[in-house]
Amino acid sequence: MLNCSQATELMSQEQDRPLALSERIGLRLHVLICTGCANYRRQMIVLREACRRFGGWDSR
Amino acid sequence: MRLMEPDRQSELNALRPDLLRFARLQLRDAGAAEDAVQETMLAALTGSHSFESRSSYKTWLIAILRNKIIDIIRGQSREVAASSLADDEAGDDLLNESLFDRRGHWQPETRPGRWADPEASFEQQQFWAVFEACLDHLPAKTARVFMMREFLGFETDEICKETGISSSNCWVVLHRARMGLRACLETKWFAGAGT
Repeated sequence: MLNCSQATELMSQEQDRPLALSERIGLRLHVLICTGCANYRRQMIVLREACRRFGGWDSR
Repeated sequence: MRLMEPDRQSELNALRPDLLRFARLQLRDAGAAEDAVQETMLAALTGSHSFESRSSYKTWLIAILRNKIIDIIRGQSREVAASSLADDEAGDDLLNESLFDRRGHWQPETRPGRWADPEASFEQQQFWAVFEACLDHLPAKTARVFMMREFLGFETDEICKETGISSSNCWVVLHRARMGLRACLETKWFAGAGT
Protein backbone atom coordinates (compact mmCIF):
# COMPACT_ATOMS: atom_id res chain seq x y z
CA MET A 1 0.00 0.00 0.00
CA LEU A 2 1.30 3.44 -0.94
CA ASN A 3 1.90 6.03 1.73
CA CYS A 4 1.19 9.74 1.14
CA SER A 5 4.79 10.60 0.39
CA GLN A 6 4.92 7.98 -2.38
CA ALA A 7 1.48 8.97 -3.62
CA THR A 8 2.54 12.63 -4.03
CA GLU A 9 5.51 11.48 -6.11
CA LEU A 10 3.21 9.56 -8.43
CA MET A 11 0.78 12.47 -8.60
CA SER A 12 3.61 14.64 -9.87
CA GLN A 13 4.89 12.00 -12.29
CA GLU A 14 1.48 11.38 -13.79
CA GLN A 15 1.83 14.87 -15.28
CA ASP A 16 5.09 13.97 -16.94
CA ARG A 17 4.82 10.33 -18.02
CA PRO A 18 2.14 7.69 -18.41
CA LEU A 19 1.96 5.70 -15.19
CA ALA A 20 2.16 1.92 -15.26
CA LEU A 21 -1.09 0.07 -14.62
CA SER A 22 0.05 -1.04 -11.16
CA GLU A 23 0.97 2.55 -10.28
CA ARG A 24 -2.40 3.83 -11.47
CA ILE A 25 -4.26 1.24 -9.43
CA GLY A 26 -2.16 1.90 -6.34
CA LEU A 27 -2.75 5.62 -6.64
CA ARG A 28 -6.46 5.26 -7.25
CA LEU A 29 -6.87 3.10 -4.14
CA HIS A 30 -4.84 5.49 -2.05
CA VAL A 31 -6.73 8.59 -3.15
CA LEU A 32 -10.01 6.82 -2.42
CA ILE A 33 -9.22 6.59 1.26
CA CYS A 34 -6.99 9.64 1.74
CA THR A 35 -8.65 13.07 1.53
CA GLY A 36 -5.32 14.89 1.89
CA CYS A 37 -3.97 13.22 -1.23
CA ALA A 38 -7.29 13.58 -3.06
CA ASN A 39 -7.03 17.33 -2.45
CA TYR A 40 -3.38 17.30 -3.45
CA ARG A 41 -4.26 15.70 -6.75
CA ARG A 42 -6.85 18.37 -7.52
CA GLN A 43 -4.30 21.00 -6.61
CA MET A 44 -1.81 19.55 -9.09
CA ILE A 45 -4.40 20.17 -11.79
CA VAL A 46 -4.93 23.73 -10.55
CA LEU A 47 -1.16 24.29 -10.65
CA ARG A 48 -0.90 23.12 -14.21
CA GLU A 49 -3.80 25.34 -15.25
CA ALA A 50 -2.24 28.32 -13.43
CA CYS A 51 1.02 27.70 -15.28
CA ARG A 52 -0.77 27.55 -18.61
CA ARG A 53 -2.41 30.89 -17.99
CA PHE A 54 0.65 32.52 -16.53
CA GLY A 55 2.70 31.34 -19.48
CA GLY A 56 0.21 32.87 -21.89
CA TRP A 57 -0.91 29.58 -23.39
CA ASP A 58 -4.41 30.82 -22.77
CA SER A 59 -5.46 34.42 -22.61
CA ARG A 60 -6.36 35.78 -19.24
CA MET B 1 -10.12 45.46 -32.17
CA ARG B 2 -7.55 46.01 -34.83
CA LEU B 3 -4.36 47.34 -33.37
CA MET B 4 -2.76 49.90 -35.64
CA GLU B 5 0.90 50.64 -35.72
CA PRO B 6 1.07 53.52 -33.18
CA ASP B 7 -1.34 51.75 -30.81
CA ARG B 8 0.65 48.63 -31.05
CA GLN B 9 3.80 50.45 -30.13
CA SER B 10 2.22 51.80 -26.98
CA GLU B 11 0.59 48.46 -26.12
CA LEU B 12 3.97 46.90 -26.51
CA ASN B 13 5.54 49.35 -24.14
CA ALA B 14 2.77 48.76 -21.63
CA LEU B 15 3.30 45.00 -21.78
CA ARG B 16 7.06 45.20 -21.63
CA PRO B 17 7.32 44.85 -17.81
CA ASP B 18 5.19 41.67 -17.95
CA LEU B 19 7.39 40.20 -20.65
CA LEU B 20 10.51 41.08 -18.75
CA ARG B 21 9.25 39.51 -15.54
CA PHE B 22 8.37 36.34 -17.40
CA ALA B 23 11.79 36.16 -19.03
CA ARG B 24 13.60 36.88 -15.76
CA LEU B 25 11.73 34.19 -13.90
CA GLN B 26 12.64 31.72 -16.57
CA LEU B 27 16.21 32.69 -17.29
CA ARG B 28 17.26 34.03 -13.88
CA ASP B 29 19.64 36.31 -15.69
CA ALA B 30 18.74 39.98 -16.10
CA GLY B 31 20.94 40.49 -19.17
CA ALA B 32 19.67 37.44 -21.04
CA ALA B 33 16.09 38.33 -20.12
CA GLU B 34 16.58 41.84 -21.47
CA ASP B 35 17.93 40.43 -24.74
CA ALA B 36 15.04 38.03 -25.12
CA VAL B 37 12.48 40.80 -24.57
CA GLN B 38 14.29 43.15 -26.91
CA GLU B 39 14.24 40.57 -29.70
CA THR B 40 10.61 39.80 -29.00
CA MET B 41 9.64 43.45 -29.31
CA LEU B 42 11.55 43.79 -32.55
CA ALA B 43 9.86 40.71 -33.99
CA ALA B 44 6.48 42.00 -32.82
CA LEU B 45 6.93 45.35 -34.52
CA THR B 46 7.83 43.82 -37.85
CA GLY B 47 4.91 41.39 -37.85
CA SER B 48 1.57 42.54 -39.19
CA HIS B 49 -1.19 40.59 -37.54
CA SER B 50 -4.46 41.82 -36.19
CA PHE B 51 -5.70 40.91 -32.76
CA GLU B 52 -9.07 40.51 -31.16
CA SER B 53 -8.05 42.03 -27.89
CA ARG B 54 -5.19 43.09 -25.71
CA SER B 55 -5.01 39.70 -24.08
CA SER B 56 -4.71 37.88 -27.39
CA TYR B 57 -1.95 40.31 -28.33
CA LYS B 58 -0.20 39.48 -25.08
CA THR B 59 -0.63 35.76 -25.69
CA TRP B 60 0.97 36.19 -29.09
CA LEU B 61 3.87 38.16 -27.61
CA ILE B 62 4.46 35.57 -24.92
CA ALA B 63 4.53 32.89 -27.60
CA ILE B 64 7.30 34.79 -29.42
CA LEU B 65 9.13 35.37 -26.15
CA ARG B 66 8.82 31.71 -25.25
CA ASN B 67 10.58 30.77 -28.48
CA LYS B 68 13.33 33.31 -27.85
CA ILE B 69 13.84 31.86 -24.38
CA ILE B 70 13.96 28.33 -25.78
CA ASP B 71 16.65 29.47 -28.24
CA ILE B 72 18.66 30.99 -25.42
CA ILE B 73 18.35 27.85 -23.29
CA ARG B 74 19.34 25.63 -26.21
CA GLY B 75 22.35 27.84 -26.83
CA GLN B 76 23.56 27.64 -23.28
CA SER B 77 25.85 24.94 -22.03
CA ARG B 78 24.44 22.34 -19.71
CA GLU B 79 24.78 24.43 -16.66
CA VAL B 80 22.12 22.70 -14.63
CA ALA B 81 24.30 19.61 -14.24
CA ALA B 82 23.17 16.98 -11.80
CA SER B 83 25.86 18.00 -9.35
CA SER B 84 24.73 21.60 -9.21
CA LEU B 85 21.19 20.50 -8.48
CA ALA B 86 22.57 19.20 -5.23
CA ASP B 87 22.53 22.74 -3.79
CA ASP B 88 18.81 22.77 -4.26
CA GLU B 89 18.41 19.46 -2.51
CA ALA B 90 19.70 20.57 0.85
CA GLY B 91 16.34 21.82 2.02
CA ASP B 92 14.45 18.97 0.42
CA ASP B 93 14.73 16.35 3.14
CA LEU B 94 13.76 18.98 5.64
CA LEU B 95 10.68 19.78 3.59
CA ASN B 96 9.69 16.14 3.36
CA GLU B 97 10.32 15.52 7.01
CA SER B 98 8.12 18.32 8.16
CA LEU B 99 5.33 17.39 5.75
CA PHE B 100 5.11 13.68 6.48
CA ASP B 101 5.37 11.55 9.59
CA ARG B 102 7.77 8.62 9.92
CA ARG B 103 5.42 6.34 8.06
CA GLY B 104 5.17 8.79 5.19
CA HIS B 105 1.68 10.06 5.97
CA TRP B 106 0.64 13.72 6.10
CA GLN B 107 1.09 15.41 9.44
CA PRO B 108 -2.26 16.66 10.74
CA GLU B 109 -1.22 20.28 10.15
CA THR B 110 0.21 19.74 6.67
CA ARG B 111 -2.57 17.62 5.18
CA PRO B 112 -3.77 19.47 2.07
CA GLY B 113 -7.19 21.05 2.45
CA ARG B 114 -9.60 21.96 -0.27
CA TRP B 115 -8.80 25.02 -2.38
CA ALA B 116 -11.90 27.11 -2.79
CA ASP B 117 -12.80 28.14 -6.33
CA PRO B 118 -9.43 28.38 -8.12
CA GLU B 119 -11.14 29.91 -11.14
CA ALA B 120 -12.14 32.92 -9.03
CA SER B 121 -8.53 33.23 -7.87
CA PHE B 122 -7.30 33.25 -11.46
CA GLU B 123 -9.46 36.32 -12.03
CA GLN B 124 -7.63 38.31 -9.37
CA GLN B 125 -4.45 40.16 -10.12
CA GLN B 126 -3.30 39.71 -6.56
CA PHE B 127 -3.31 35.95 -7.07
CA TRP B 128 -0.85 36.28 -9.93
CA ALA B 129 1.44 38.42 -7.82
CA VAL B 130 1.45 35.70 -5.17
CA PHE B 131 1.94 33.02 -7.81
CA GLU B 132 4.92 34.86 -9.19
CA ALA B 133 6.39 35.41 -5.74
CA CYS B 134 6.03 31.68 -5.02
CA LEU B 135 7.79 30.80 -8.28
CA ASP B 136 10.53 33.21 -7.43
CA HIS B 137 10.82 31.55 -4.05
CA LEU B 138 11.73 28.16 -5.52
CA PRO B 139 15.43 27.32 -5.61
CA ALA B 140 16.77 28.69 -8.90
CA LYS B 141 17.64 25.44 -10.65
CA THR B 142 14.51 23.69 -9.50
CA ALA B 143 12.46 26.58 -10.83
CA ARG B 144 14.31 26.47 -14.12
CA VAL B 145 13.52 22.81 -14.75
CA PHE B 146 9.94 23.34 -13.65
CA MET B 147 9.46 26.30 -15.96
CA MET B 148 11.01 24.46 -18.89
CA ARG B 149 8.37 21.84 -18.34
CA GLU B 150 5.34 23.97 -17.55
CA PHE B 151 5.90 27.25 -19.35
CA LEU B 152 8.05 26.30 -22.28
CA GLY B 153 6.33 22.97 -22.85
CA PHE B 154 9.45 20.78 -22.90
CA GLU B 155 8.91 17.04 -22.51
CA THR B 156 11.01 15.52 -19.73
CA ASP B 157 13.40 13.78 -22.11
CA GLU B 158 14.14 17.14 -23.74
CA ILE B 159 14.80 18.64 -20.33
CA CYS B 160 17.22 15.79 -19.63
CA LYS B 161 18.99 16.48 -22.89
CA GLU B 162 19.23 20.23 -22.35
CA THR B 163 20.27 20.08 -18.72
CA GLY B 164 22.20 16.83 -18.59
CA ILE B 165 20.20 15.31 -15.74
CA SER B 166 18.64 11.84 -15.76
CA SER B 167 14.89 11.33 -16.18
CA SER B 168 14.49 10.05 -12.65
CA ASN B 169 16.32 13.10 -11.37
CA CYS B 170 14.10 15.26 -13.54
CA TRP B 171 10.96 13.74 -12.02
CA VAL B 172 12.33 14.31 -8.55
CA VAL B 173 13.08 17.95 -9.34
CA LEU B 174 9.63 18.51 -10.87
CA HIS B 175 7.98 16.84 -7.89
CA ARG B 176 9.93 19.05 -5.52
CA ALA B 177 8.97 22.15 -7.49
CA ARG B 178 5.26 21.29 -7.47
CA MET B 179 5.40 20.40 -3.79
CA GLY B 180 7.05 23.72 -2.98
CA LEU B 181 4.77 25.78 -5.17
CA ARG B 182 1.67 24.08 -3.79
CA ALA B 183 2.76 24.66 -0.21
CA CYS B 184 3.56 28.31 -0.93
CA LEU B 185 0.20 28.95 -2.62
CA GLU B 186 -1.61 27.18 0.19
CA THR B 187 0.03 29.32 2.87
CA LYS B 188 0.16 32.62 1.05
CA TRP B 189 -3.14 32.48 -0.77
CA PHE B 190 -5.65 29.70 -0.31
CA ALA B 191 -5.41 29.33 3.46
CA GLY B 192 -6.32 32.98 3.85
CA ALA B 193 -8.96 33.00 1.13
CA GLY B 194 -11.74 31.92 3.47
CA THR B 195 -11.65 28.23 2.63
